[in-house]
Amino acid sequence: MSFLNHFKNDANRRTALYAGHVVADPSRCVQCGICSYNCPIGIDVRAHVWRDEAVIKSECLTCGECVARCPRGVLSFVQTDLFERRAG
Amino acid sequence: MKYVIVGAGVAGMAAVEAIRSVDLAGEILMVSDDPHGYYSRPGLAYFLTGELHDKALYPLAPDPQKIKFDHLKGRVTRLLQAEHALEVDGKARLTYDKLLIAVGACAVSLEIPGSKLEDVVKLDHLSDAKKILRLAKRGGTAVVVGGGITALELVEGLLARGMKVHYLLRGDRYWSNVLDRQESHIVEGRLQAEGVMLHHHAELVEITGRNGRVNGVRLLDGRAIKCDLVAYAIGIHPSLDLAANTALALDRGLLVNEHLQTNDPDIYAAGDVAQAYDPLSGRSVLDSLWNPAREQGHVAGLNMAGRKTAYLKSPPFNVTRLAGLTTTIIGAVGRGHDEDVLGIARGDSETWRDLPDAIVAQSGFDVNHMRLLVGERSLIGAILMGDQTLSKPLQKMISNRADISSIRGKLLEPDAPIADLIADFWVGWRKTIAL
Repeated sequence: MSFLNHFKNDANRRTALYAGHVVADPSRCVQCGICSYNCPIGIDVRAHVWRDEAVIKSECLTCGECVARCPRGVLSFVQTDLFERRAG
Repeated sequence: MKYVIVGAGVAGMAAVEAIRSVDLAGEILMVSDDPHGYYSRPGLAYFLTGELHDKALYPLAPDPQKIKFDHLKGRVTRLLQAEHALEVDGKARLTYDKLLIAVGACAVSLEIPGSKLEDVVKLDHLSDAKKILRLAKRGGTAVVVGGGITALELVEGLLARGMKVHYLLRGDRYWSNVLDRQESHIVEGRLQAEGVMLHHHAELVEITGRNGRVNGVRLLDGRAIKCDLVAYAIGIHPSLDLAANTALALDRGLLVNEHLQTNDPDIYAAGDVAQAYDPLSGRSVLDSLWNPAREQGHVAGLNMAGRKTAYLKSPPFNVTRLAGLTTTIIGAVGRGHDEDVLGIARGDSETWRDLPDAIVAQSGFDVNHMRLLVGERSLIGAILMGDQTLSKPLQKMISNRADISSIRGKLLEPDAPIADLIADFWVGWRKTIAL
């Protein structure tokens, strides 16, 4: 991998921290619970996935632990539209 | 209306939610004898590797306060169709108006001399996983036999728990009816790098023991391997005990129509036990995956409550982890469908193509591999190992039979940049359909 990609990934992670939230693809999920188990502030991410809800909670640190640890690629970050009506 | 659901897996839970979404007043009773209740069976793999505590395997079941249903612990021993009744634990009788059988499947037993010894294990239930961990604590050497995903879960779990692992393969490579030669070699190479000892063309014929404990295995060609534990995953079969001596139509599983209804209009089946009619292919097929089980349970529940709904099977889709690589298998990628496949495109990339609106959270996979099965006008199947950025686009393109004529020729060129071609195509195509 080119070293330039490291800068790019770093920038992407920063983008996720300030402008992203976690969304799920429930069709990939087997409710194993690794996401909830690894959430440092105890959000039940798995329950969000079961209900096909994005994790839009003010407590969410967008640290990316759940996204990175999910063995099935269920979770991803998307850009949060600050002007969109929020739910969840 | 009284609904009874036999089985406490994901199909049963999805059925409870679906029934309650239609019928707020009916009585729902779930009956199962699994001592652990509802938990994530696929999550056992991560419990074995130590990534999860067993308590974390229990997902949020429908909250009985919000979704009213009762749960009875007991084994359903007989189905009395004429009386609309079930016998529980050989004595108590339960009546039903609508019944769902969602009892799942169980591991095919290993039937060779020595297979009943204490240290011979399978991975069916949480209790099996706990037994494996208890035995693995002693250390020593394990032999794993079988194929597919579960065998690899056993290999990885035992390795993670500090055992030396021999993995016996009957053929010349791993999972040869799904993976191509290159993909098998990727998986095998990663296993060997972790210290797994692979044995090809190895057929287990006997497990030897002393004082009731395993001390080795013998192979057909005369080879012997000393070991302390044997783990097997040689297939599963639907649990059909309940349907024995009834008039329910059976094949390999319980036969159901597209409404998940058996040949008895008041009895439904869903999940691994059901062999569901697929109107698109005209065949009745078994599935042993979490998401189809959830979908089937949901559709069965709606139908039981009177909302007529058809179950339309999506193209086969599974996500798993093979030797540490997240792997998605979509549509027809194995043998048996080759007559439909006109070409195959393969790709590897050091850095996978980013989609324009994606934020990368996982990166640095040491292997990124993609194989596409290209039909006349659309993609028929795909396999992705490593980076999953293009997994969802490919899943949508395959299930919607996206017309890829505009890039088909380029995809099939030698050394084509297929990740870039797919990403560019996706960006344009998704605007044309409602996803």
